[in-house]
Parts: sequence; C-alpha cells; structure tokens
Amino acid sequence: MTAVTTPGAQTPGTQTPGTQTPGTPPPGPAAPVGDAAATPYSDLRIVPARHPGRWVATAGVAVLLAMVVSSLLTNDRWEWDVVAQYLTWPSILSGAWATIRLTAAASVVGFALGTVLALMRLSRSPLLVGVSWAYTWVFRSVPLLLQLLLWYNLAYLYPHLSLGIPFGPEFLWFDTLGVIDKFGAAILGLGLSQAAYSAEIVRAGILSVDQGQQEAAASLGIPRRRQVTRIVLPQAMRSIVPTAVNEVIGLLKGTSIVYVLAYGELFYIASVIYGRNGNVVPLLIVAAIWYLVLTTLITIVQYYVERHYAKGAVRTLPPTPLQRLRWSSAVTVSRLTGRPVPPHVPPAFAARARVGVLTRTARTSGGPA
Amino acid sequence: MTATATVASTTTDPSTTTRAGTPTPDGAAGRVEVHGVHKSFGTLEVLRDVNLTFEPGTVTVVLGPSGSGKSTLLRAINHLEKVDAGFVTVDGDLVGYRRRHTRRGGRRGDVLQELKERDILGQRTRIGFVFQSFNLFPHLTVLENVVEAPLSAQRRPRAEVEPEARELLDRVGLADKADARPRQLSGGQQQRVAIARALALRPRVLLFDEPTSALDPELVGEVLEVIKDVASTGTTLVVVTHEIGFAREVADTVVFMDGGVVVEQGPPAEVLSRPRHDRTRAFLDKVL
Repeated sequence: MTAVTTPGAQTPGTQTPGTQTPGTPPPGPAAPVGDAAATPYSDLRIVPARHPGRWVATAGVAVLLAMVVSSLLTNDRWEWDVVAQYLTWPSILSGAWATIRLTAAASVVGFALGTVLALMRLSRSPLLVGVSWAYTWVFRSVPLLLQLLLWYNLAYLYPHLSLGIPFGPEFLWFDTLGVIDKFGAAILGLGLSQAAYSAEIVRAGILSVDQGQQEAAASLGIPRRRQVTRIVLPQAMRSIVPTAVNEVIGLLKGTSIVYVLAYGELFYIASVIYGRNGNVVPLLIVAAIWYLVLTTLITIVQYYVERHYAKGAVRTLPPTPLQRLRWSSAVTVSRLTGRPVPPHVPPAFAARARVGVLTRTARTSGGPA
Repeated sequence: MTATATVASTTTDPSTTTRAGTPTPDGAAGRVEVHGVHKSFGTLEVLRDVNLTFEPGTVTVVLGPSGSGKSTLLRAINHLEKVDAGFVTVDGDLVGYRRRHTRRGGRRGDVLQELKERDILGQRTRIGFVFQSFNLFPHLTVLENVVEAPLSAQRRPRAEVEPEARELLDRVGLADKADARPRQLSGGQQQRVAIARALALRPRVLLFDEPTSALDPELVGEVLEVIKDVASTGTTLVVVTHEIGFAREVADTVVFMDGGVVVEQGPPAEVLSRPRHDRTRAFLDKVL
C-alpha cells in the first residue's frame, strides 16, 4: 500500500495520483479512521531513503557515455557513410551467411559428437572411457588454427578416402580434395575441436541431474536409451544450455579464424575488401556490427530455449521480455489514467500501479506540509 | 541368523486368490522369496544371510534402526542393488538371473545366466518401487509421470494407458493435478503421485522405502491412507517405515532387522507388543 493512505479507505488500483491524499488528520490521540486507528504509524508520511553516492556515480557515467556518443558522431574518421554503404554490400551479406552456415554446421557436429563422447565417458567400458578421454585431451590441447591447417592438408596424408570393411575390401573411393574442400576442412576443424569442449559440458550437465532420477526410471523398467533421452538429458539441458550457448557464440566469432583457409566468411570478405580499397576501419566496423547482430540473435534464442527447459524446475516461469513490456505498459497506462489494471496482468505487476514513482511524487508534493 | 516365515497360511493356492480375495490385474500372485542374501558395501556387510518370504497379497512392514539393511533389502528385491550371495524370486522367477541348460565346453548342466539390462528392466515392471524422496520427474507433468513407464517399458497404447492413469490419480485424490508439475505440489501430493506412477505398471509387488520420512508430520496421514487403500487391492506390499501405528493397523507381518539380519518377525500384535528379543524391545522403547 501507499504511504499516507489509510488502509481500507480506498480500493487499491482505482486511486489516481492527484486525488489520493486523504487529508492526513491532525496528529492527536484517538482519531479513528476506519481500522487505521489500529496502528500508530498510519498517519505518518514515509520519506524515501536518499542515495547521494548513487546520484554522483550516475552523473559520472552519464558524462562518460555522452563523450563516447559524441566522439562516435563527430569524429569523421569513423566514416559512417562508408560503413552504411558496405553494411548491406552483397559480398558482405554472403560472408555473413557463410559465417552462419559455418557456425550452425560446426555446432551440430560439435554437440552431436560431444554428446556421444560424454555418454562414452560415463559408460562402464574402460575402452570407451579411455577413447573419450583421449579425444578430449588431444583436441583441447592442439590450437584450433593448427587443426584447421592440418585438416586442410589431409590430402597430403591420405590422397584417397574409401568406404569398406575394416582391413578388408573397399567399396567406395573418394578423392580427399573432393570431399574435404575449404568448407569441409573448416567444419571438421571447428566441429571436432568443439566436440571436445561440448563433451565436457554435456558430461557436467548429466552429472548435475539427481542420481535418484535415473534410479526411479530404472525401477520403472524404462528402457536404457529412453532413460537418457526422456529423463536425464532434458533435465541436464538446464545446466547445459547457458554454457553451450557461450560456446556457440565463441564458435561464431571463432569462425573468423577460418580466413587462414581463404574461405569466404564474414571476416575474410571484409579483409579482402579493405585490402582492395583501403577502408580498413569502416570495414572492420561493418564486420563487428554483423557479429553483434548475430550474437544478439543467438542470445534471444538462448532465452527462449532456457525458458523451455526451465519447465518444472521452477514453480512459475518468469515473464518473457514481451510479456514484461505489455504488462508494464498496461500498469503505466493505469497509473496515468486511473483506470483499473486489466485482469490479464499478474498481481505482482499490478501492485506497481499502486506503489510507484509517479504516485509518490504526486503525494509528497501534494501532502500536508 | 535365519528365519523363514509363512504368513498367509490360509491361502492355499497363492496364484489365484489373495488376501482380499481379488486377483491382481494379470491374475499373478506376487510371492516374493528372499533366500540367503548377502550384500556388502566395501568392507561393511549390510545384509547377512537374510531369508524371508512375502506371501501374495500380504502387507509386511520392515522395522529397524537406520543402517540395519532395510533399504538395501528392498533395493535388492528389484535388483537396484546386486546381491553378493543368495537370490530373490518373484513368483518363482529369479530376479536378475535365468536358469539355463548348457552343454558348452564339456561343463554340462544348469547354470544361472545373468540377465541383460533390458530383461532386468522388464522384470522391474512387475515390482513397483516408491522412494523416500519421491523421485518424480520434475520436467514432466503429473500425468506424463504416470504414463511414461506403461508407454515406454510396457509398450501399451496411449489410448489405454491414459484413462487408466487418470483413474489412478483420482484414486490417490489428485485427479485435478494431472497437468501440474511435481514441484508445484506438496510433499504428500508428490508421494501420492509416485504411488500412482508405481501402480500404473500394475505390479504384483510394491516396495515402499520409507515413503513418509521426507514429509511434514501433517502430510504423513494422507500418504498412509493411500498405502492402506493399495493394501486392500491384493498387491503384495513391503513397507520400510518408522510409523509403528501404521504397522499395527495394516501389517500382516512385522519384520524387525538390525545389523543386517532379521532379528524377529511375526504378526504385529506379537512383535510390537510382546517382542521376544532384547534388541527389538530396545528399538521399540526408543520409537514408541
């Protein structure tokens, strides 16, 4: 409830800023207004705490922010017109698209293989555990740049690849260079090294699920594979997703390393263009803006994926940003117009219509001196 | 120390009738025999030559101080814990093993073939288990919790399983919570869902591992009521609990365990009121 109102005197949510000072009765003994007389503090005005330190800090940061913005706008060397021109340049767009494809493909390879490696690591076969451990060891130890160049030069080690029975006859032959082109080498390099990291993330997620869950599933006779896919992994996802998205974002930026293979992803294209026309900084800014946009998209996806897997882990899901926006605007409208808050707004939000900056300002200024 | 009891001596043909006179859904009985079971964790021997028979349709309450091996015994019955020696049978079927004739390598004769995990999982569908900490699947709704095992373990059609699950939820008094998730329920409600989940497999035997120990005192009653209701349907129940009142009222047999052995067993009136062993008496003095 609000500061000066006498509880019960007004219906919550219907009061308007201007009208709700109930004319505090002069302090004196026994001035019973409704049930307000029950508490000796009902007549007193609440003075909000002051935070001078916070004001100083806010002012300081505001000045710094203004300096940054002004320098961005006034320094001609940023060459925003060139940035705008190249931002949607067809070859830049195709580079961004290549970056998206690389990230998506490497993520799929990385997390699919990573999940398999994590399950191997948790298996009861010592060989599977050992192989999984060794894989993680090798691929985490060797620099990504070196791995990429190695995969690109696979044709030197094995000019031909073939499908067949191990140590037996072969059925299908490929030219290594034909199968592992720049894109293939990039996917192999990024995906395989990502798998080593993903394996640890997935393993940590699985370990975070309560042991009783698998025990319950086993006691119900649920088949082994189903125990993993239906009971354990969905719960593990809750701790896997935040770290995994971190990795995907790292991967998105990591794709820029593929420029050593002269593969046409975003950063390589940008560098080719500025190599030709000399507009180094504007093109770096163009690439930076695209990486920002893509990362933002991933972050939004992350929010909703996390929300999905939070089902059951929390009693009620927190509102999405959209819901938050809709509800807060409904509350603001109600505060300004004095109309009741719409019924679809949850109580926690509706309460803000009653206690808030606007109401408080109106009250303190209009209250009795 | 060995002790074998035949409890429901009036039941002449255990395969068709049960205590309540109603056959279990698939007509099976639910007779559990525990023969000479030993189990150690490291150097600690938690079960020492345990011999018990749970007659079809009876309710057995297992009492004993903590660390006496009660929970391990239950877990051994549905093979969540592999025993070191001895064996467990449910309606004559060995749990975890199969008797098989072999003539390989000149060593003719019968052998006990260890079952694959898949077969053990199959056996478990006949033995329900209710945990102290409920262990409901928090990411699934109440209804999904109940239908999961009949669908995936017994491969029964959803059209048959779902109405049955709703019926079970109604029986435990939670028909209106079908779409809630476990964490939105109280402990007592969660345990009742866990019982419905175990019953959905139509088990012949239902094992309860301290089903009310994790509950607030005022929620214990509602869970015990549900267990009593289940007891009246003729499923064999083995209940590890500290609720002496429940044992007195519902149990056909009370088994008292201490230090991994069965100290004594018999009708509740006998064991609870006139215990023959000092250890039983000492324990009862402490809990009563």
